[in-house]
Amino acid sequence: MKGFRYLRNVVTLELRENACIGCGRCVEVCPHQVFRLAQQKARIADRDACMECGACKRNCPVAAIEVDAGVGCATGLINEWLQERKLRAPGGSCCS
Amino acid sequence: MATKLHFADRLGAWKARWGIGRMTYLVPAGLYAIGTPTPDDPVVVTANYKMSYDLVRQALAGRNVWLLVLETFGINVWCAAGKGTFGTDELARRIEATGLAQVVSHRRLLLPILGAPGVAAHEVQRRTGFGVSYATIRANDLPAFLDNSMVATPAMRELTFTFRERLVLVPVEMVGALQPTVVVGAVLFLLAALTAGVSAGFWVLAAYFGAVLAGVVVAPLLLPWLPGPSFAIKGALVGLVWSACCYLFANGAGWHVTTTVALFLALPAVSAFYTLNFTGCTTFSSRSGVKKELRLAIPAMGGAIAVSALLVAAGWFL
Ligand code: SF4
Ligand code: SF4
Repeated sequence: MKGFRYLRNVVTLELRENACIGCGRCVEVCPHQVFRLAQQKARIADRDACMECGACKRNCPVAAIEVDAGVGCATGLINEWLQERKLRAPGGSCCS
Repeated sequence: MATKLHFADRLGAWKARWGIGRMTYLVPAGLYAIGTPTPDDPVVVTANYKMSYDLVRQALAGRNVWLLVLETFGINVWCAAGKGTFGTDELARRIEATGLAQVVSHRRLLLPILGAPGVAAHEVQRRTGFGVSYATIRANDLPAFLDNSMVATPAMRELTFTFRERLVLVPVEMVGALQPTVVVGAVLFLLAALTAGVSAGFWVLAAYFGAVLAGVVVAPLLLPWLPGPSFAIKGALVGLVWSACCYLFANGAGWHVTTTVALFLALPAVSAFYTLNFTGCTTFSSRSGVKKELRLAIPAMGGAIAVSALLVAAGWFL
């Protein structure tokens, strides 16, 4: 996104290129233009732009994409950690 | 269906942003007609958050389009897709419930791109026979998309995060921060008032509220102009400026050095936390990035607050 870049080398996005059938769905859904399509194969062109929304993973018909998608705000993550350690009841997330 | 927005709609939108009666601010899920659509006209899908619905309705004024509204419990497309309520199951259920297959002759649905995290297009196709096309990010690009033979241009697919777009998010964040801020503020006021007098209590309260506002309002608005990619650092910088303002306005030269250091440690930590929380509203920060920031920022912020509290306590004895 123009004018906004987040931390580098942290994103969990993985693409198994041999599984890809080149349908172009990931290019269509990604709001950050992370993928490029060339010779019937998708390729990660701008990994650091990924916001881990999970749209590409959800829409890939052959499950060639893996990404740890989910809650992305500080409060939500802290709540998640507390829940994992059974210190807090489930609930509370970022947007409502 | 009326396509002009009236004052009541705008007032409602304003109230919803500030969290007033937000849960009741929804439109019933179902199939709506904009203009007088025929079985050949396109089907646009949206959430039953009234603001999303109003935006689409307004953008498509003067056209003939079917509007399929999903039950997202009054939550916008992007958040509902993350939670899964704007999702494959609900879409399939709603297509069934409205009898869409009998209403239209084609088999194509137009979805907002930001709904894609919740919807698996290939599953919708398999379960309902309807093909999904992700159209645009913003509702007001829909007319241009329809006129462009339903092909999205790169600009229609690219996210933006303008000053205005950030501004409308601020009230939501302020409402979220209100409760903890009031509780912490009350405790700080009592502590300061009991140990150093009521006027000191008010100074502490003002300094604290200012630091919260620096993190919740100022840093998000200035986001692209604050240096570095880290939200915590952006917030801490605004908090630091606020600390300097406090120092100047409240005659900091007369303070004990422990108070000065405590102030310059605690206020930026408060601002940093609230700015880091804004990552929940942005559409470019990744969860892994926020995790990394938190691992560094929580000890740093906690340490700053702890040292600051110790300094204030030490100040009484010196
Ligand atoms: S959605 Fe999956 S199969 Fe289709 S192009 Fe992308 S990676 Fe390849
Ligand atoms: S997770 Fe979202 S932002 Fe990241 S590559 Fe996939 S669609 Fe793009």
